[in-house]
Amino acid sequence: MADTQIVVDKVLQKDVNKVFSTAVENAELIDIDEGLLLATTTGNLNIRATHDFTRQNGEEVIRQSTRSAVQTLFNSLWQLPVEQVEGTYVVTLPEIKMWLPREKPIPKKRAVTKWQEYAKSKGILNKKKSRMVWDEAAKEYKPRWGYKRANDGTQDWLIEVPANADPMEDQFAKRQTAKKERVAKNELQRLRNIARSQKRKVPGVGLTPTEQPSKDTLSKALVVARKSTASLGKFTEKLPKEKPSKFTGKKRKFEPSIGDLKNERERQLKILDVNAKKVPTINVTKATNRALRESEEQRSRERPSRKTPKKQKGKGASAGRKGGGNKKNRVKRNK
Amino acid sequence: KPKTQRGRRALEKKEPKIIENTKHALFLKGGNTSQTVSQVLKELHTLKKPCATIFSKKNMTRPFEDQSAVEFFSSKADCSLFMFGSHSKKRPNNIVIGRLFDGQVLDMVEFGVDKFVSMQEIRAQKTPVGIKPCLVVSGEFFDENDDNKRLKNLFIDFFRGENVNKICLSGLEHVISIHAVNGKIYIRNYRVLLKKSGSRIPRVELESMGPSLDLSMRRTRLASDDLFKRALKKPVEAKPKKKKNISRDDLGNKLGRIHMKTQDFDKLQARKLKGLKRSAPKKNKENTEAKKQKIDSTS
Repeated sequence: MADTQIVVDKVLQKDVNKVFSTAVENAELIDIDEGLLLATTTGNLNIRATHDFTRQNGEEVIRQSTRSAVQTLFNSLWQLPVEQVEGTYVVTLPEIKMWLPREKPIPKKRAVTKWQEYAKSKGILNKKKSRMVWDEAAKEYKPRWGYKRANDGTQDWLIEVPANADPMEDQFAKRQTAKKERVAKNELQRLRNIARSQKRKVPGVGLTPTEQPSKDTLSKALVVARKSTASLGKFTEKLPKEKPSKFTGKKRKFEPSIGDLKNERERQLKILDVNAKKVPTINVTKATNRALRESEEQRSRERPSRKTPKKQKGKGASAGRKGGGNKKNRVKRNK
Repeated sequence: KPKTQRGRRALEKKEPKIIENTKHALFLKGGNTSQTVSQVLKELHTLKKPCATIFSKKNMTRPFEDQSAVEFFSSKADCSLFMFGSHSKKRPNNIVIGRLFDGQVLDMVEFGVDKFVSMQEIRAQKTPVGIKPCLVVSGEFFDENDDNKRLKNLFIDFFRGENVNKICLSGLEHVISIHAVNGKIYIRNYRVLLKKSGSRIPRVELESMGPSLDLSMRRTRLASDDLFKRALKKPVEAKPKKKKNISRDDLGNKLGRIHMKTQDFDKLQARKLKGLKRSAPKKNKENTEAKKQKIDSTS
């Protein structure tokens, strides 16, 4: 019985070796790029000898060589790490070895917006918000934004008039205008970010609407109103007691390039005088302030008037600090 | 300026990206086409589906003379590969395979179809549409000179299929074989049959299916070396970042490496253990003595 078994095994083995082997001859001539599922046969093949490409023979030769190449490719593909994804066995392909050209150029880095810069400097991270939010009124989960959202202010059929508000004011219209202002502000910020990324000049905003305008805002508003004519305020008459405003919209003052020759000459000659003098000119106020400050500092250093000792760093700290609760070692202060 | 989310997404898809989309192919017909050429275009289009679009109308253009038409169509259809088929007395059964970079033609190669056997003529079961094919390129021809190497690159780019990181092993059914000898190129399509073998890896048997093309090279218009180099450039962000200071020993344990400054052991801050405190013993005696005296004086 055992003998027959051995014979059967041998026969089967032979057959297996013949037909069902995954071995490929000349496997070294085949270059495999698993990432591309590519098998390249470098080197000679039998085909090159056939000048007469008879259809049947040629086809068969191509098929055989392709089969060997594909077998080599599969041999290496089956060696790759396998994972199971949703019931099927999936293999992770390695990086592509061959360099293939891109279809579009490499994208340029996008400019950082003002908020992104700020968030980066402060370390603010973008926390993902959940889509559904609990709506107390409806007692169910509703989307945070969009159709049938939770806490929808637009669907309110009743708005309570707050205590400090004008009873005749239209609260619904107020909400609408507030929304419009928010949208406009957002659009403005967006355009400003784009202009900054393109390094274009951004015109000054001038004056944006605020809830409680301050005194500065009022004076600014006066100036802006004055200027907002077709001729940029050149022909607007001054009010009886109007003073020239500090708010000119300019951040730096430049002298006119031509005009005041006397002033210019004086200034240029002054430069020469200053350089020529060997003794430096003294700014009296600065000097007196500095002297006063120094005397004050010295006084404070001499007088140990502080009840709680000033925080000293380094050697001072370890010397001054006392051991915890060991009253034996405590040095008594001279009374 | 997109007004809808859908429009915005469509624009974003066409933008240049660090990791790019799969290259789509555009199949065009010229002023006059023969039946072979139309069939070639149609069948290769089905092979490349869904990453392909075919234009049904004829276009009176000649790619080798004026590339603007091809560039325009490709930019509209967002395709960076194209195949243009035409037929004339001078160039019968002509197909032009090409690719674009940044909206401009990069490489273009013209072939004449000497023999074409359609999918329908070969009575065999076909593979499903849209699977990623395995590519086999053989022949010394492709290593002869730089132009032929570029041609090999073009073929691989064209027939590549979708860009994937992972693939299901049972889904490897289609093989495209490109063989070049004596200046002629033979493209064959096979279906893979996996047979049992002695080991875990199956034995591969191929069955001829899809279209088979015999091509002979005609004209070429290949990009200059520096333009090609520019197209090959890879973005820095796409390079995988090396993880430093992490290694694995032979047992499979993960080891890490920490770099520290030199430590002065005298000045290390350890826990306070009063017994180990180095305090001067004389001083203690003095204090205790002083206290004792005081107590004596008061008592």
